[in-house]
Amino acid sequence: MADQEKETAARQGWMGLLARAPEAALMALWDRVEARPAYDWLRAPETGGVMVRGRAGGTGAPFNLGEMTVTRCALALADGTVGHAYVQGRSRAKAEAAALIDALMQTEAAERIRALVLAPLAAQMAERAETRAARAAATKVEFFTLVRGED
Amino acid sequence: MYVAVKGGERAIENAHAWLAEERRGDTSVAELSLSQIREQLSLAVNRVMAEGSLYDPDLAALAIKQARGDLIEAIFLIRAYRTTLPRFGASRAVDTGAMACDRRISATFKDAPGGQVLGPTFDYTHRLLDFKLAAEGAVPPAPSAPPRREPTPHITEFLGQEGLIQSEPESEVAPRDLTREPLEFPADRALRLQSLARGDEGFVLGMAYSTQRGYARNHAFVGELRIGRVTVEMEIPELGFAIEIGEVELTECETVNQFKGSKIEPPQFTRGYGLVFGQSERKAISMALVDRALRWQELGEDNLGAPAQDEEFVLSHCDNIQATGFLEHIKLPHYVDFQSELELVRKLRREAEERIAHREAAE
Repeated sequence: MADQEKETAARQGWMGLLARAPEAALMALWDRVEARPAYDWLRAPETGGVMVRGRAGGTGAPFNLGEMTVTRCALALADGTVGHAYVQGRSRAKAEAAALIDALMQTEAAERIRALVLAPLAAQMAERAETRAARAAATKVEFFTLVRGED
Repeated sequence: MYVAVKGGERAIENAHAWLAEERRGDTSVAELSLSQIREQLSLAVNRVMAEGSLYDPDLAALAIKQARGDLIEAIFLIRAYRTTLPRFGASRAVDTGAMACDRRISATFKDAPGGQVLGPTFDYTHRLLDFKLAAEGAVPPAPSAPPRREPTPHITEFLGQEGLIQSEPESEVAPRDLTREPLEFPADRALRLQSLARGDEGFVLGMAYSTQRGYARNHAFVGELRIGRVTVEMEIPELGFAIEIGEVELTECETVNQFKGSKIEPPQFTRGYGLVFGQSERKAISMALVDRALRWQELGEDNLGAPAQDEEFVLSHCDNIQATGFLEHIKLPHYVDFQSELELVRKLRREAEERIAHREAAE
């Protein structure tokens, strides 16, 4: 059971990374994977909307904020391994790549895919987030008290 | 009498062809690309996403280009596109406490954990035109400092610990959705927040300003304003677990409002809430003020008859696409309607003249 949970957590990790990844960054790395497995569509790529919810007061009852575009698909490799994708945006190519990577990550190719695609993608995205956080940190106000000269 | 009239096809086609030419403008000037709009007019893109109620920066950029920069027309295009999308579901409520903040300020607590982070703000600029921007030139990189790695806590949490602010009890009740069912009154707070989040920025701003000027004044402080990115998660039934499906930029405003207490509530601070797609703090602050004004009933306050307290008035008029549709339809041909009006005025006038002639003859 603990193993199952660990596997689910790992899969959530890469599926989330692929969903959030900028298309150009993902496709550039995916192009480095030469051996592409054959697959059958279980669900061809389809673009739709997901209603994004917020909470009143940030912590209270949920409300509907607005939708975002999402593209999803599902496919099966020749050995029956199923890959799913739900990725942000309208790109069918990105959804297809994400579903293939999801399937390959459940096979013996996992380590190779992790090294070629997921690890560098995660590093690029972390670096981008870090750059923004560093810019924000530079705009943090350092208060100081003026000497008022009353004594 | 009903007269069917056809015609105008050629005029319409030619008008559209001219529109395309005018949209392109002077061809000796380089054409705008969608990525230029997305990157360099990002606050316009943000507004179109917020009021179009669809988070997709590339689509918003396309809509702005197609609409020649008319943002309400662009919002209309996004709303129309949105209706063609199958709905995959609803996300889990986003956790704004885990936001990666670009900006985070408080007007109530100077030394809040996480500090006052200004971000890329227009505040403190002198609002003087910068003619350097008229020339092209590289921008030097902005300074950086060691980044904060831990999440930034919400400021209202500190007041909550003392019980000095009205709490927002968490619930998982599925909210009603005004894109799925017609808006009916009374609306609950979830519907009001949805409606305000996609409402016209100018209208919501005007309503908020009216509360500051004394029409249902609610003494708001900006307890916290934050702008940044949050991940969006959704349960995927075929997987049996939730995954992140993307990341959106949001602006969140929490107001802290003075409150003397009422028949049903003790003296404490109360709250207004604004949450908007993209970077849009004018809209988020406005939304929070109007949200607070609309909560008068729930907090046992008096109805002062102010426009911002009237949810039917606010929610029925804040949608700029509905408003535009009804407003602009009166420019379309009403020849037959008008013909009957004309007949009526002629008849009334004839009768009035006859009455006068009759009276004069009698004298």
